[in-house]
Amino acid sequence: MSILTAILWRLAKAALTLLAIAVLNFFLLHAAPGDPAVVLAGEAGAADEKMIEQLRERFGLDQPFYVQLGKYVGGIVQLDLGYSFRQDAPVSQLILDRLPATLLLTLTAFGISLVCGIALGVAAAARVGKLSDSALTTLALLFYATPLYWLALMAVLVFSVWLGWLPGFGYETVGAGLTGLDRVLDILAHLILPALTLGLFFMAVYMRMTRASMLEVSQLDFVKTAKAKGLSGPAIRRRHILRNAILPVVTLAGLQAGQLVGGAVLTETVFAWPGIGRLMFESLAARDYNTILGVFLVSAAMVILFNIVTDIVYRIVDPRIGATA
Amino acid sequence: MWKRFRTNIGAMIGVGILLAVILIALCAPLIYPHGPWQMVQRPFLPPMSVDGLPLGTDTLGRNVAAQLAYGAQVSLLVGLVSTIVALLIGVPLGAVAGFYGNWVDEGAMRFTEFFQTIPNFALAIVLVAIFEPSLASITLAIAIVSWPPVARLVRAEVMSVRKREFVDAARLAGLSRPKILMTQVLPNTVSPIIVMASLMVATAILLESSLSFLGLGDPNAMSWGYMIGAARTVIRTSWWLSFFPGIAIVLTVLALNLIGEGLNDALNPHLSRKGRA
Amino acid sequence: MTQPALSIENLSIGLPEGADRDFAVQNLSFAIEKGKILCVVGESGSGKSMTANALMGLLPPGVTVKGGKAVFEGQDVLTLPETEKQAMRGERMAMIFQEPMTALNPLMRIGDQIAEVFAAHNRLTAPERRKRALALIQEVGLPDPEKIIRAYPFQLSGGQRQRAMIAMALALEPKLLIADEPTTALDVTTQAQILKLILDLREQHGMAVMFITHDFGVVAEIADQVIVMQEGKMVESGAAQEVLVTPKHPYTQRLLDAIPTGKLPAARALGTVPALEIKSLRKTYRTGGGLFKPVREVHAVDNVSLSVARGEVLGLVGESGSGKSTLGRTAVRLVTPDSGQVLVGGVDIAALSEEELRKERHKVQMVFQDPYASLNPRQKIISAITGGPITRGIPRDKAEARARELLEVVGLGADAANRYPHEFSGGQRQRIGIARALAMDPELIVADEAVSALDVSIQAQVLDLLRDLRSRLDLSILFITHDLRVAAQLCDRIAVMQKGKLVEIGTVHEIFQSPKQAYTRQLLAAVPGADWQRDAVATA
Repeated sequence: MSILTAILWRLAKAALTLLAIAVLNFFLLHAAPGDPAVVLAGEAGAADEKMIEQLRERFGLDQPFYVQLGKYVGGIVQLDLGYSFRQDAPVSQLILDRLPATLLLTLTAFGISLVCGIALGVAAAARVGKLSDSALTTLALLFYATPLYWLALMAVLVFSVWLGWLPGFGYETVGAGLTGLDRVLDILAHLILPALTLGLFFMAVYMRMTRASMLEVSQLDFVKTAKAKGLSGPAIRRRHILRNAILPVVTLAGLQAGQLVGGAVLTETVFAWPGIGRLMFESLAARDYNTILGVFLVSAAMVILFNIVTDIVYRIVDPRIGATA
Repeated sequence: MWKRFRTNIGAMIGVGILLAVILIALCAPLIYPHGPWQMVQRPFLPPMSVDGLPLGTDTLGRNVAAQLAYGAQVSLLVGLVSTIVALLIGVPLGAVAGFYGNWVDEGAMRFTEFFQTIPNFALAIVLVAIFEPSLASITLAIAIVSWPPVARLVRAEVMSVRKREFVDAARLAGLSRPKILMTQVLPNTVSPIIVMASLMVATAILLESSLSFLGLGDPNAMSWGYMIGAARTVIRTSWWLSFFPGIAIVLTVLALNLIGEGLNDALNPHLSRKGRA
Repeated sequence: MTQPALSIENLSIGLPEGADRDFAVQNLSFAIEKGKILCVVGESGSGKSMTANALMGLLPPGVTVKGGKAVFEGQDVLTLPETEKQAMRGERMAMIFQEPMTALNPLMRIGDQIAEVFAAHNRLTAPERRKRALALIQEVGLPDPEKIIRAYPFQLSGGQRQRAMIAMALALEPKLLIADEPTTALDVTTQAQILKLILDLREQHGMAVMFITHDFGVVAEIADQVIVMQEGKMVESGAAQEVLVTPKHPYTQRLLDAIPTGKLPAARALGTVPALEIKSLRKTYRTGGGLFKPVREVHAVDNVSLSVARGEVLGLVGESGSGKSTLGRTAVRLVTPDSGQVLVGGVDIAALSEEELRKERHKVQMVFQDPYASLNPRQKIISAITGGPITRGIPRDKAEARARELLEVVGLGADAANRYPHEFSGGQRQRIGIARALAMDPELIVADEAVSALDVSIQAQVLDLLRDLRSRLDLSILFITHDLRVAAQLCDRIAVMQKGKLVEIGTVHEIFQSPKQAYTRQLLAAVPGADWQRDAVATA
């Protein structure tokens, strides 16, 4: 199977998954206690009788179940995620406005956690049993046990409130009117704490995984072959162990993408980061189900995209896949 | 095996912490008979400032120490019950998929994959939001997002055990397929399931606290996440209100992780130090 | 006498605390002459591999050299600092390993792995390395070097991978080649080719070879000198011919006796009532066949017919991929054939439904290959043996009494019943497996490589047991093995399979003394020590 057909196959599967999530959303809306029309309108009080009537008509709530399903899913296929009465705007518009901030945050956190996690894992594995290894693994265990929203709060407390080093809220300094490089630097300063606190948990995950994988691979026969060739320790680690050890980490990183996107809800809530996670949090209080489900669908789409990317990376690294057919 | 576990310092620390948390949770009604919701003093008292209130009071003048003790009940209960429910979904599904293979496996795995693709925390939020926050809905939501890794693990274990020759021997002995699965295969997959379960309780506690933090906790049950969430806006003035519940979560989750690692090293000595996904 | 290539004096290697003994190797002394092949022979746990690893400086953690010297090119390699050991490895002393399937980096091209040897020692430029790699690939007899150099290990067969390993080892013309059971994981014909390759290369490059093996057949094939090790100590050494013909130490004698030799047992009179009849059996495996993969078909069993008479032992011999195991599994209906009949006592068990089959299962039983996988680690021996009979409806107390009796029969004693598998050794577990099969009073037992995983001396004991049971219980056995020598010891007739087809079938004497088919002759010739054993046949 060539990489191209593999990608096409994955995209088809992704579309199917998203469709299934759309159907799931539909059933969830109907499972919510109360009149579906009122549920759709949200408990914002913004929806009057007339609006609810319109909703009934639009989603065919007086028609048979399958017609309703068809209309709902059909709407989603056309990227119509419904209307947020609370915010008085189409959900897709709301999400699209907020998406860049979330992408910036999650991708930065993902990059930091993967690079640092693998680097620290390699370092720990190379010093296995020594004090620095124990220190690193203990620290990883600690981060692994820390709720990331709490870590975020504590980071705000220390670095923003007490020390005043970094901004603790928002995406950029409001009203400063910065442009060009100044604006980029301003956003970066705002990005540091959210990205780090979101990334630390995953860094711990990747570090532990890399370390374990390195140690496991270093027991394999071909490493002994490499030693028998007269290669030096660092050369063996670099050329033989690392590449083989990193494969399961790539797989794991793909699987963890879902958690990363989910974690963004918490991080964005703490830092008032104007992304889709924050949007979801705000919609929770308002019972704005349309928006909640919309964010849910989009975050699932993001995860699928992450998965496809890691899948491709895996195929590039491992010659055994694809070549066997 | 037990000996190996007992000599693991980390695991024993974990057991110690966990026992302490369990004890506090059980004794909460004895120490604080008035419950966690009652106002006892004026609000925002810092720790150690008034006798009998070592951790101070919250925004409404409630005893933070009492809240922590009752919060332990919720964390442990939700963690334990949701893990059991997740096992009840994941173990049979994974076992049947791994044992019968073919289209059963194909179907079960597509189903599992679907649930694994959905960002699990987001799904938990959606479920709790739609079905109204309550201990039951929270527990169920956590179970629903936690079972896929169980199913995958059990499937992989069953598939590897299924290939062993003693399973062939059992077939030749005339045992029926379900009986082989129950008596020959599943007993050999117990240790990794135990290890995973102990780690799942930890993850479930984190999930519960995160949901409560977002305001999706059971309004009638005090929980650590709720405490942090409620104190979020006053962090500049009253840091202790979010600090102590956070420490409680870290300690409990850390304890469970340590126990899980200890069990892993003790039950699977040849795989010890292997990472987990 | 010239300086030896390697001389070891009083080598002792300590095992970590808690191991079953203190020393892996104790007071070992020997020397290898330049350009000679020394075979180190021993069973598992004899310390032979540890000796090799100590020389290379590749001992596993916890295992340390406790004393002695190993002089190689004027230096004691045991006390060299790590950097010098590293410089020595691959350049002057090279090593090849047992498992060619795992000894190569799966993510690296063969050519790169060979070229890496030069890189490790800072030799040559990149294009020169490539050229040398090509030459080496050619020299070890790999086909199409241009293609091999770009191939990944998974694209090569086991024998080809071992050749690639040898190419790496030869790259810098080492003075000493250490070969740690390099042919154990290979088929006989491949093994014969690799042994020949090593002999040729020794001839051309004049290097000394330390060849570790458990197989005296291999010794007869290539050794100049032999040392025999038992539990870390050398019990005998000498010229190969001397040790093979006039072994002095009782352990060596026992090992040599235990080796299934070419000595053929006297033919027995056989009945004609068939216990098993296989008619026109076919089984094809299809792999792939997804949306994007072409279907690949493997004819595992291709129109095979044969029968086993009551009281007969039929050997089914073939190399890996010959279909012998599939045939055996079809005979017990662990595999359902595509077509053909499997008649056991007149019933075609290939045609039974799952429900009917469970009632007929007891008629054919199996003894498995892997003593560690064939018993459920969480089940007591007694329930492993009585599970079948109780399912058949035999009362528990009766089944248990019979199980204890059978444990006595297979030489374990009835008190084994209440223990768990991990308390037994490999050989004992195979005995339990035999008792489990006998408990069902089967018409036929299929033994699938039942002694292959055992050390030679244990192998001999289990074979003795089977021979004894054969005459005492009038057993019919389908004995599947890759090892012709083992088959010769136990079987009345032998069937040879290749690529799913039955090549030849005949009495042991016919097959060994007048094989009709070219493939059978090829197999016989490939048996290590074939010449030496033919002498043995003559003198028997």
